[in-house]
Amino acid sequence: MPKNPDIKKVLVIGSGPIVIGQAAEFDYAGTQACRALKEEGIEVVLLNSNPATIMTDKDIADRVYIEPLTVEVVEQLIIKEQPDSVLPTLGGQAGLNLAMELEECGFLREHNVRLIGTTSQTIKKAEDRQEFKDTMEKIGEPVAASMVVHDVETGVAFTNSIGYPVVLRPAYTLGGSGGGIAYDEEQLIEILSNGLRLSRVGEVLVERCIAGWKEIEYEVMRDSAGNCITVCNMENIDPVGVHTGDSIVVAPSQTLGDKEYQMLRTSALNIINELGITGGCNVQYALNPESFEYCVIEVNPRVSRSSALASKATGYPIAKVSAKIALGYTLDEIPNAITGKTYASFEPMLDYCVVKLPRLPFDKFISAKRTLTTQMKATGEVMSICNNFEGALMKAIRSLEQHVDSLMSYDFTGLTEEELVKELAIVDDMRIWRIAEAVRRGISYEQIHGITKIDVWFIDKIAILVEMEQDLKTKELTEDLLREAKRMEFPDYVIADLTGKTEEEVKALRKEYGIVAAYKMVDTCAAEFEAATPYYYSVYGGENEAVETHDKKKVLVLGSGPIRIGQGIEFDFCSVHCTWAFRKAGYETVIINNNPETVSTDFDIADKLYFEPLTPEDVENVVNIEKPDGAVVQFGGQTAIKLTQALIKMGVPILGTSAENVDAAEDRELFDEILEKCEIPRPAGHTVFTAEEAKKAANELGYPVLVRPSYVLGGQGMQIAISDEDIDEFIGIINRIAQEHPILVDKYLQGKEIEVDAVCDGTDILIPGIMEHIERAGVHSGDSISVYPAQSISQAAKETIVEYTRRLAKSLHVIGMINIQFIVCGEEVYVIEVNPRSSRTVPYISKVTGIPIVPLATQVILGKTIREMGYEPGLQKEADYIAIKMPVFSFEKIRGADITLGPEMKSTGECLGIAKTFNEALYKAFLGAGINLPKHKNMIITVKDEDKQDIIPIAQRFQKLGYRIYATRSTAKVLQENGVDAIRTNKLEQPSPNLMDLILGHKIDLVIDTPSQGIEHAKDGFIIRRNAIETGVNVLTSLDTATALVTSLENTDVKKLTLIDIATIDKR
Amino acid sequence: MMKAFLILEDGHVFTGTSIGSQKEIISEIVFNTSMTGYLEVLTDPSYAGQAVCMTYPLIGNYGICYEDQESLRPWPDGYIVRELSRMPSNFRSQDTIQNFLKRFDIPGIAGIDTRALTKILREKGTMNGMITTNENYNLDEIIPKLKAYNTGKVVEKVTCSEKHVLKGDGYKVALLDLGAKNNIAHSLNERGCQVTIYPALTSAEEILADQPDGIMLSNGPGDPKECTSVIEEIKKLYQSDVPIFAICLGHQLMALANGADTHKMKYGHRGGNHPVKDLETGRVYISSQNHGYVVDTDNLDPKVAVPAFINVNDGTNEGLKYTGKNIFTVQFHPEACPGPQDSGYLFDRFLQMMGGNQ
Repeated sequence: MPKNPDIKKVLVIGSGPIVIGQAAEFDYAGTQACRALKEEGIEVVLLNSNPATIMTDKDIADRVYIEPLTVEVVEQLIIKEQPDSVLPTLGGQAGLNLAMELEECGFLREHNVRLIGTTSQTIKKAEDRQEFKDTMEKIGEPVAASMVVHDVETGVAFTNSIGYPVVLRPAYTLGGSGGGIAYDEEQLIEILSNGLRLSRVGEVLVERCIAGWKEIEYEVMRDSAGNCITVCNMENIDPVGVHTGDSIVVAPSQTLGDKEYQMLRTSALNIINELGITGGCNVQYALNPESFEYCVIEVNPRVSRSSALASKATGYPIAKVSAKIALGYTLDEIPNAITGKTYASFEPMLDYCVVKLPRLPFDKFISAKRTLTTQMKATGEVMSICNNFEGALMKAIRSLEQHVDSLMSYDFTGLTEEELVKELAIVDDMRIWRIAEAVRRGISYEQIHGITKIDVWFIDKIAILVEMEQDLKTKELTEDLLREAKRMEFPDYVIADLTGKTEEEVKALRKEYGIVAAYKMVDTCAAEFEAATPYYYSVYGGENEAVETHDKKKVLVLGSGPIRIGQGIEFDFCSVHCTWAFRKAGYETVIINNNPETVSTDFDIADKLYFEPLTPEDVENVVNIEKPDGAVVQFGGQTAIKLTQALIKMGVPILGTSAENVDAAEDRELFDEILEKCEIPRPAGHTVFTAEEAKKAANELGYPVLVRPSYVLGGQGMQIAISDEDIDEFIGIINRIAQEHPILVDKYLQGKEIEVDAVCDGTDILIPGIMEHIERAGVHSGDSISVYPAQSISQAAKETIVEYTRRLAKSLHVIGMINIQFIVCGEEVYVIEVNPRSSRTVPYISKVTGIPIVPLATQVILGKTIREMGYEPGLQKEADYIAIKMPVFSFEKIRGADITLGPEMKSTGECLGIAKTFNEALYKAFLGAGINLPKHKNMIITVKDEDKQDIIPIAQRFQKLGYRIYATRSTAKVLQENGVDAIRTNKLEQPSPNLMDLILGHKIDLVIDTPSQGIEHAKDGFIIRRNAIETGVNVLTSLDTATALVTSLENTDVKKLTLIDIATIDKR
Repeated sequence: MMKAFLILEDGHVFTGTSIGSQKEIISEIVFNTSMTGYLEVLTDPSYAGQAVCMTYPLIGNYGICYEDQESLRPWPDGYIVRELSRMPSNFRSQDTIQNFLKRFDIPGIAGIDTRALTKILREKGTMNGMITTNENYNLDEIIPKLKAYNTGKVVEKVTCSEKHVLKGDGYKVALLDLGAKNNIAHSLNERGCQVTIYPALTSAEEILADQPDGIMLSNGPGDPKECTSVIEEIKKLYQSDVPIFAICLGHQLMALANGADTHKMKYGHRGGNHPVKDLETGRVYISSQNHGYVVDTDNLDPKVAVPAFINVNDGTNEGLKYTGKNIFTVQFHPEACPGPQDSGYLFDRFLQMMGGNQ
C-alpha cells in the first residue's frame, strides 16, 4: 500500500525531560522518525519540553515547540498549527498517555485530527491491564494469574487467594515506577498504596510472581496490511524480577532452542496481530526454564528503550520503519537502508552477540540501596558487540566508565565462603562480580544457579573468563594464550597486571605475534548480502572489513558514552552537531561511541560508526585502521576529554583547544597563574592531598569551604563543609574512588551564580547569552533553575563577565567552546570554574538564542573566524524571550537516595519554559517539570536555623495563596511570631500524629525542607524527604526554588499560554 | 586440540580446530544464517552432499534434544562453526554436538572466521571444499579434486527404504520422500491426516493404487535435474487429478515435469528470515528456506502454471499454482523446523484442496 496522501502535516510528541525509565532512546527514535517523515515531504510539527534533544532542532522538524507536555498545551498547539495527524508512538509513555487523553476526551475527533501509527483502541488493549488480560485470554496467550485492583483491600484479598510473593505493576507509569515484589502483607500494603497513588488512573496489577523464570523480549513490526516480522529477540541474563532496563541483556537469545524461540516468536506475532498494531511493538515474556510454559509479561505498543537497543543490535531502524508504516507504507515497500538491496519485510540475522549493561547511578547516590527490582534505576546503558559472549561482556564492562574493567573489579575476596554464598542472593549491580568470585572459590554451577536462577550457560561463560584470569596469572604468556585472552577482549593493561608485565610489553608482544583488532560490519543479514553502511565492531581473530579511506580529510569524533547523572543527552546533541558540521565542511566523519540510546550511534549520522568502548586501547585500535587527520574531544563531555592525552600519544592531532590548555583549566596551580595573569579574582583556595591538609586549608580560609576532587564531572564528590568533621567525612568518600588527582578546597561564597558558554576563535569571542541561576551558589549548576537572559545582575557586572570571558578564552588559547561559571556578589565577579569544552547548557542556549553554537565552534576549529561567519564578536543581543531551564529529578526511582540539592549534581534531565514574560516562562518551566501542585493546599515547612528568617516571606506568600502550613516546633514558632498561622507538628520521634502521618496520609502537596549541614541520612530530615518523594509529594530543599515556585503560583494570569515556535527564532 | 583445515576450490585455506570425526571429506560448502535450530539443520536431508557453515557464531548452546531431529541422522558431509559451546544448557538437552558428530562420523571445523567464509561464498558463489586434519596438504593435488566434486544423485541416499504409515483419521496423504523433513509428515498428521510415506523411487501407479486424497512431494537434496526418473513419475501424478502440494525439491521437480527450467543460484537461500510474498493476497510471510536451485519462470507457459509466491529480496520464484489443476507448490518450507511457522497455514490450504476446495 503506498503512502496515504491525506497525511500532510504531522504532530510528533516527544517524551519530555530525561528521567529514569525514559531517556535518550526517545530522542533517537523521534529524530529518526522525523527525518523519515521529512524524507516523505511531510510537514513536521514537534512538541517536546526537553531542550537538550536533537529532535527539537529546526533541522529535524519544521515547527518546533519546546513547551510543557500537558493536555492543554497539545490542544492549544493543535488549534494553532492544525496538523491533520498526530504520531504518538515515538514519545515513550509520556507521549502515548497524552495522546490517549486527547483521544478519550474527543478533542482529536472534534478537530479532525487522526492518530497515526497506532489507534487508541490498540493502545488501550495493550496498556489497560484488564483489557490486555482479556485480549490475551481471547487468543489463548497465557498471562500470569493477576487482578487489577483500585484499592488496597481487594489487593490483599486477591493475594491471599493466589499466595505470596506477588508482583505489583501500577498502570501507566514509567519504568515500573511504584512497582515491586511483595513477599508478605506488610510489604504488599506499602507498595500497593504507593503504586495506586503513582498510577495515572489509580490502578495496580497484582500478579502471580514468576521471579526466577527466564525473561525474554521480542521486538516485532507490523504494517497495515497485516505483514509481521520480528526484528530481534533478547534474553535477560537476570531472570524475571529485575526490570529489563536494569538487567544485563544479550541479543539474540542464547539459551533458547529453535522450538522455544519459534514458540515465543509465533506468540508475539499473534499478539501484535490481535492488537492491530501498525508500527513497532515490544513483547516481554517469562519462560519457565524447566518446561515450555510461558507468560506474557507486558506489551509496549510503541518504540521503547528495548526497540532502540534492538535497532542498534541489528541495524534495523525500527523508528524509521514505524514512521513509514504510519504513513501507510507496507513493509515490503520500505527499503532496508543498511543493505540497500533488501526490504524492511525481512528478519535481521546476527552473526555476532550483543551485550547490554545498565549504567546505574549508585556512584552518585551513595546512600541509595543498590538492590535491583522491577522498578528501574539505571540512568543509561552501554552496548557492545563481539563474535563471542565473553568478549562482548568484557567490552560492555569497560564501556561503563565506572572504574570496572574485568570480573575482578569488585573485590569480594574478604568474604568467607559462607558469607559469599549468602551474598549470592543479593540482586544488585555487582552480582556478576560476586558470581565470578564464587566460581573462583570453586562453588558449583548448580549451587550458583540455585541461588541466582541465572542460566548455567552464562555462569559457564563467567567461569571461562575466570579461568583465563587464572591462566594469565599462572601460565607463561604464550602466543596462543595471548591470542585467546584478546579473543575474550581482555584489555592489555589487565593482561599486564595479571602477568606481571607492563602494558607496553603486552602491546609489543601483540605486535610481534600480529594479534590486532579487526572490524566486522553490522549488516542485518549475517553477510548474506553486501551492506552499504559502515557500522563496525571489533573482534580479535578474523579478517578486517573496515576499509581504509583517504579521499577526504578525516575527523574522529569521540562520543560521550552512557547517559549518567552529570553527563547526559546534551553531549550527544553536541557530538552529533559537530559531526554534521564537519561533514558539511567536506570532512569524512568517524564516530566512536557505545551508547545504544543515542542519535550519535544511529547508522547514518557519521560516515563511519565504530560501536566500541571509549578507552585508550579501544580508541587506538580504531585510530590504527582509520588514521584520522585529527580528533575532536571538546564535544563529548568528560569521557572524550579524558582521552586527550592518549590521542596525543597515538599521534592524533587534537583539533581546537590544545591539550595543554585543557590541562591548564583543570590544574589548580596552572589555572591560578592564568587567573592572576588575567587579573581575575577567584574564591581563595588550596590544592591538597590528605584530610589533614584539607582541614588546615579550611581553617585558614574559614568555613564554609567547598571540597571536591579535581577532574570530575557533575560536581561528583563535591561538598560544602562547615566543620573539620565534615572534611573527614567528605575526604573519606572521595578516596573511596581511586583518586589520582588532587583535592581542591575553596572558600565558599554565597552569591548569584552565573554561567556563560562562549565560542573563541583565538582572537574574538562570541557569547550567545548570559544565564543566571535561581538557586544561590552551592547548588550544582546542573540542578539549578537557569534563566536566560540574566535578570538580576547589573549592566556593569555583565560587562565584567564578558571581559573576563574574553581574557580567559584568550589566555587559555581556546579554539572552539568554553564554559565559565561565575559568582557575582554585588558588583564583584569571581570565576569558580572554567571548562574549555562544550557544556550541558549548549543545546538550551543555542535553541533559545537561535545561534547554532556547535556548528560555529566547529567552523572555528576548522580555522574560520567569528567575523567571517557574520557575527559581531562579544555578547550577542538579548532575545525577546525569557527562557528558563528547569532541572528534573528521578528521586522516586532510587530508594534511599538523598534528594538534598548541593554541589553534587543529582538531576537526570531538564525542561524548558520559554515566554515573553518571566512569570509565564517560570510557570511553563514548573509545569514542564511536572511540579503540578495537587488540590489539598497543605504543606510542610521545616528549615534549618540559618534559613528561619528567609522562610518567613515565603511562608507568608503561600499562606496568602490559601495554603495550610504545618511546621515543626522551632520553624512553627518563628512563623507564628511573624503572622503565619503555622500548625505545630510533632517530629518523627514524637508520638502520632507526627510529620510522617501527615505525609503518608496523602494530604500534603509540598514539603520545604532545608537540611542542616553535612551528610545526614540517618537524620529526621532525610527520612521525611525520602518518604515524601516516595509517596509522590514534591520536596524543595532550596529556599530559592521555593521562592520561584510561589512566584509562579501567584501568577495565575498566565494560564493562557502563548506557544513559541523555536524554529522562527533566528540569529540576530 | 587437533588442527583442522578448510580448503576451498579457489585456494582459500582456513585454519581451525577439528570437531567431530577426523576423517577427510570433500563437499559443496554452503552457509545457513539461522540463529537457532542447528540440530534441525544438521538432520535436514536436503544437506546431503554439502558441508554447512553456520553464520551464527555460537553453536551448541542448548545442546541436542533428539526429539527435535528432522530425520534419524545428520546428513551434511561436514560442519563448520565459529564456536561450539562447551556447556550446553537447556532442560531438554540430552547430548552435545561434539558427541553427536562423532557418533555419526561427521567431521567439522571450529574456530574459523565464518563471516569471512560466508563473504567468499556470497561473492564468488557456492563452491566445493575439503575439511581435513592433515597438516601436510598439497593444494596442487587437492584443488583439481575439489573442482571435480559434484553432489550426484543424493536423493536415493536419503530417502526411506520402504513405505510406512503414520496413522490418522482424516485425509489419506501420500508423501513422496525425496529427503523429507519429519515435520512435513508431522504437520499433516497433527491435522488429522493419515500419512503414507513412500521411497523416492516408488512408481506413480503404486502411489495412485493406494487411492490417496492428496499427494505431498517433499523437500530433498541435490540438483533437481538429476532426478530424471522421479520427474517421469511426477508427470503421471500431475495427470491424476489428485490434489498435490509440493515443497522445495518437490516444487522444482513438478516444475521440471511441466516444461519449466531450473538453475543453480549463486549461493542459494539458507536460513530462517526470507520474506516471500503471496501474489494473490499481497501478504508477506517470513519463511524458512534451504535451496541452492530455483525454478526459472521465464519460459513457463501461464496455461500450465503461474507464480504464486516470489522472494521479496531477489524476486526469485517461491511458489507456483498450476492452472486448471488442484496443484500448488512452494520453494520455501512451511513446515519450518528450524525457522518461522508463519506459512504453516499452507498445510490447511492443502487440506481444503483435498476437501474439494481449490
